[in-house]
This record gives sequence, C-alpha cells and structure tokens, in this order.
Amino acid sequence: MFTLQILANGVVLGCLYACIAVGFSLVWGVLNVINLMHGSFIVLGSYLAWGAYNALGLSPWASLAIAAPLFYALGYLVQRGVLNRVIAAPVLVTLTLTFGLDLILNNAMLLGFKADYRKLLLDPPLGSVAWGSVVVPVDRIIAMLLALALTAILYVILRKSRIGRAIIAVRLDRDAARLMGVNVATTYAAAFGLGAAMAGCAGVLLALIFPISPLSATPYLGKAFVVCVLGGLGSVPGAVLGGLILGLVESFGAFAFGPEHAVTLSFALLILFLIFRPQGLLGKRGFE
Amino acid sequence: MRRKDWILLGGLLILGLLPLVGEAYTLRLGTMACMYAVMAVSWNVIGGMAGYPSFATAAFFGLGAYTGGVLLAAGSPLTVAIVAAGALAFAGAMLLGAVLMRLRGHYFAIASLAVAEVLRELTNSATDLTGGGMGLNIPLSLSGGAGMMDTATFYFLAMWGLLFIAVIVVGFIERSRLGFGLACIRQNESAADMIGVNSTLYKSLAFAFSGVFVAMAGTLYAGWVHYIEPPDVYDILFAVKPIVMVLLGGLGSTAGAIIGAFTFLGIEEVVWRNYLQVHTGVLGFLVVVLLLFLPHGIVSIGRRVRSLRAGHG
Repeated sequence: MFTLQILANGVVLGCLYACIAVGFSLVWGVLNVINLMHGSFIVLGSYLAWGAYNALGLSPWASLAIAAPLFYALGYLVQRGVLNRVIAAPVLVTLTLTFGLDLILNNAMLLGFKADYRKLLLDPPLGSVAWGSVVVPVDRIIAMLLALALTAILYVILRKSRIGRAIIAVRLDRDAARLMGVNVATTYAAAFGLGAAMAGCAGVLLALIFPISPLSATPYLGKAFVVCVLGGLGSVPGAVLGGLILGLVESFGAFAFGPEHAVTLSFALLILFLIFRPQGLLGKRGFE
Repeated sequence: MRRKDWILLGGLLILGLLPLVGEAYTLRLGTMACMYAVMAVSWNVIGGMAGYPSFATAAFFGLGAYTGGVLLAAGSPLTVAIVAAGALAFAGAMLLGAVLMRLRGHYFAIASLAVAEVLRELTNSATDLTGGGMGLNIPLSLSGGAGMMDTATFYFLAMWGLLFIAVIVVGFIERSRLGFGLACIRQNESAADMIGVNSTLYKSLAFAFSGVFVAMAGTLYAGWVHYIEPPDVYDILFAVKPIVMVLLGGLGSTAGAIIGAFTFLGIEEVVWRNYLQVHTGVLGFLVVVLLLFLPHGIVSIGRRVRSLRAGHG
C-alpha cells in the first residue's frame, strides 16, 4: 500500500521535473549551449509568483501569464546581447560564460531576497484528495497538470508555429536553414527565450510545492541535467519520459535507501547513462 | 630549454624567498597563490593540452583533502598523507578516465562535474570515517610547539615546493611523447587515433596528471586550515576557478596559467576585502568580461597592442 503512495509522489514529481528540463533540453539541443542559468531562472520564477501573490494578491495561475512573456524577453535579450557573441566558440567558453552570468544573477537574488527560505502559502489552503490509502495535495495535482500543459504547449509551438519550425530547421542543419532564409541569430534568441520562459513558468509552479531560496538553483539545474541525459537530448517526449523516470527513481530510492542518498542515486544513474547510452532513451537529431 | 622557461623557473625561485620578507598575511596570500597556481597548471594538462573541458578539479581537491585529512587525523606523518592522496587520485583518475574519457564535449564536462557531487555525497554519508557533515578536525600536527610564523612559513614552503614540482613535471609532459599525443588529440582526435596514438590511455594519463598535484594540494590545505567539511573542499567554485585563471592567463601555457592564478588571486582578494556582499557577482562579471573581450588572456594584450600599432602606423 505504501507502493501506491510512492508511485503517486513519483509521478507528480516527475511531471514537474519534465517541465524543469524541457526548456534546458531545447537550449542545449538547438544552440549546443548548456545554460547554467537555468536553475536561477527557475528560482526567479518562484520569487515572481511569491511576490505577485503576497504584494498584489495575484494567484499563481495568473502569475504564469506574466512569467512567460517576461522570461521570454529576458532570455531573448541575454542570448542576443551576450551569448550570441561567442555562440560559435568551443564548449568551454559558452559553459564558463553562462556560469559567470549565473554567478551574477544568483548574487543579485541573494542581495534582493536574502538566503531565507520562503514559502508561498495559499489562503485558504486547497486541501488534499484521497483515493483509498493514497493522499495527494490538490495544489500538487494542479501544478502537475499545468506542468504537463506547458510542456504540451511547447511541443505544439515547435511543431506548428513558424518560429518553432525555424528552430527545428536550425537544429537539423544550420547552414541549410540559413540558405532557406531563416535568420539564425533570431532563431537562437527565440529558442533561448522559450527555454527561459519554460524555466520561469516551472518556477511559478514549484513555488506552490517547495520552499523558495537562491540556494535551490543548483539542485534544480542538476535535475535538468539528469533528465536530459536520461530521456535523450532534443525531444519533448524524451524530457517527459526522463522526468518521470527521475521522479520515480528518487521517490522509490528515498524510500529504499533513505532520502539522503537520493542525489547520489540520480548522479550514479546519470553516469551509467552517459557511459552506456549517451544519446538517452529517446534522443534524436531533430527537435520534435 | 628556452629563455622563457628559465624566466619562469627564476621567477618561481624568487617567489620562494617570500618568508624572508613576508609577515603572516603575506605568507597566507603566498600559500593561496601557490595553491591556485597548482590547480591552474594541473588543469592546463587536461584542458589546455588535451582540449577536454574538465570540471573535476573540485573532486580531486576534495578527495586529496579528505584522504590526507583522515590519515593526518589518524596520526600519520604529512609526507605519507600527501603521497597517499596523490597515489589515490592518480589511480582513481586512471580508472575513471577509462570510462569518462570516452565522452566528448558537454557530456564529458557534466560527467566530470558529477564526480565531485558523488564524492561529496559519499563523504557526507561516511560519517564514521570522515565525520560527515560535522566536518573533520585535523590536529596541529607540525612539531608540537612551533609558533604561528613557523607554521605559516612551513605551509608556504610546502605549497611552493609542490608548485615547483608540478611545473617541472608538466614541463616534461609538454615535451614528451605524451604531450605530443595530447596535442594531436586536441587538434583532431580521429586523426590521432588513425596514426596510432592510444588516445584513451593518453587522455586518462592527462586526466590523472591533472588530478595528482591538486589532490596533494588538498592534503596540504587540510593540514594548513586544520578543519575541513564537504561543502568547503568539494566546492564547485574550485572546479571553475582554475578554468578562469587559465583563460585569464592565456590557454595552453604553464607560464600563462601561473600568471592567471596570481592575477586571479589578486582580484579575488581585493573584491573579498571591499565588496564581501557581492563578491560572487563580481567574479561572474569578471568571467563574462574576460570571455567577451579578452578571450586569449592577459598574454595577448601585448600582441594586440603591437598589431594595432602596426595597423595604424
């Protein structure tokens, strides 16, 4: 009977992990840049939800509508203004550059919000639902469903919209895309903007569940890495699958070995995948 | 040996005279400078010569600090602890290299970053051996009643000696078959394989040499500060700082790495002292400015100025 409860927890966690990772995977896959700011974007999104709720009385669902365009703009500007200057440089340079930007962003958040853990408490609380012995809080269910919805929206944007098709074309073959009249710099910036928007929205949802602190940025980033490697780079379904696997592994692992070993377990999984199946479970060249 | 190498060695020898003139604070800075330089020179073997973006420096440093720290706490002499830490790091890196070194690009970078995370968690959970999250106290081992200045001088000279050895060993690697093979791998790995370079072995050796002196520096650090804890010695900044130093000095040369390390320490010290609240932000800003505007390091400033003059003259 415990098993069902752990399964439910793992699935809820997994859907949120998918939402965390899908933007990261998009940027990595399309730009070949590992965005080390992703974790800080998520935390910034959480602060946005927290601030909007406490200062303006705005519900987190409404904050999503603000977060998406704001973070898209932020990502677009960072890519256009800074990253694009070294986009063709070796891995070391882009990686170190995003690390430097992350240091600035994280330090700014520490100054602005302090390192205290904050929590977005809905008033009145939404309570929880029970099916037999399985109990799940309602806010977690809503967060999970919204996370899935956001991921689905990204999938549709990539498949149906003009800019989405351009992103996939650039990922498949940058030079051919340029010859077809695709503006590569704009497309890169749009992809980075979409990645940042997903991170910001994921942060809004996570604010309902986890405590908020600048110190959470690195763990979120780590999860995004692991999910990308498990599911495979360059696919939305891959990110969902990877997220679910990680969520379940963490839930069952914490139950079996104790919660303090959850991180070791997921990193051990990461290294095994890197060695034996570096393309992940559903990885492919195009981004679909 | 070329003139440049003699200047490098001469400069290092002069640095060794610091205890004659320095007070405690200068010696502390000198020890840190030598420690950073050991990290930067070591990273250059894997990152500069082989072209593999390794983020494993923090893992080696922490491993060395804990191996040495546990041995020192158990009462073994410092030399034994240092040699044990170096040997463990070398052997571990060779074993790990056999699997990690088959990865390229981002995948290698992340896997090397994950090593420190895993080691940190393992150190945290092995409470009986390492003290876990409580940290590990290392007794003031150096000859019982020695004064503060004696201890400061001792650890400065030890760290300086380690840097000296590291520079000489790395210099030999550069001129050896190994160094040549690594240069081939950096330029075109498939072609290097074709002409018979055993690339997995060479890369593993490069990885091991990038770790052995860092681990030894970790042991010295543990003995120097007397108290270590996992978040302190497995700090991810230890993985990134050597890269910034090498980029600051100019990729691919030992002298550049040392200059970069010393400059970096200077900047860090000024920022720490004056802007404690924003020091990571300032570090980040430095990284961004460096990568955008000075990608070939301080060494390239002279070259740039000359080419500008030639262009306009």
